[in-house]
Amino acid sequence: MIIGLPHYLTLAAILFTIGIFGIFLNRKNIIVILMSIELILLAVNINLVAFSSFLGDLTGQVFALLVLTVAAGEAAIGLAILVTYFRNRRTIAVEDVNLMKG
Amino acid sequence: MIAGLFFYLFAAVAVASAVMVITARNPVHSVLFLILTFFNAAGIFILLGAEFLAMILVVVYVGAVAVLFLFVVMMLDVDFVELRQGMLNYLPVGATVGFIVLFELVLVIGTWTLSPEALQAAAAPVATGLTNTEALGQILYTKYIFFFQIAGLILLVAMIGAIVLTLRHKQGVKRQNIADQNARSPATAIEIIKVKPGQGI
Repeated sequence: MIIGLPHYLTLAAILFTIGIFGIFLNRKNIIVILMSIELILLAVNINLVAFSSFLGDLTGQVFALLVLTVAAGEAAIGLAILVTYFRNRRTIAVEDVNLMKG
Repeated sequence: MIAGLFFYLFAAVAVASAVMVITARNPVHSVLFLILTFFNAAGIFILLGAEFLAMILVVVYVGAVAVLFLFVVMMLDVDFVELRQGMLNYLPVGATVGFIVLFELVLVIGTWTLSPEALQAAAAPVATGLTNTEALGQILYTKYIFFFQIAGLILLVAMIGAIVLTLRHKQGVKRQNIADQNARSPATAIEIIKVKPGQGI
């Protein structure tokens, strides 16, 4: 039972697809949409680290670190916008979020 | 053998909890399943030999991001039942797109092979005799120092942005204003009144 690169890539592909599916399934609930984006970024990280490990190249892990940074910043900004939106409108339904324009 | 068993254990739990993240009724449960997914992904990273990233994943994602999600979910009084309505309407299109993406990814992974030259072309080969953390630190602070600095800048901008977005000053609350305090002088703060005896003010 040798676990090779395709195993990890398949796992990352499944997680990525679950993330995409989650965005469609929870169109109204922006909290779950943000969590789905985190899942997608996690899948990308698994890909990067798997390639880094199997090619013997540390650059992939450095890149995964940068993706992690961006994911943390994105979650913080997204949740801050969500809190502001909720204060104004008392709901987090994102269907009428274009009311925030101007 | 043991590594293979652990791979399948971590992968199965990660996928199952990822499915629970997007289908759970209660968003608090979603966040908790997200934490479980991250823990299992950290296990996958350890199997891949990336111990430092595994620990960073636990610290950053579980310790910061997931707790942030948990705070927001619990702090906002959101009617989640209303938000779940119409979920079944989105199911067909979501399933279609999901299956197309998965099909394409499987096609790519199934027909993909590693070229022998790729193994020689490593930009930063793993040094022997170093732990993962040491090796990562040796290239992160030398070769990739600018990327590291930019990552720090991104975090700074995210922090300032989040503070600016959520900070609000309530009206009618007395605050200390140090500039105003320093601007006071005897001329503006004190008034000397000569009171004549027997007359009062």
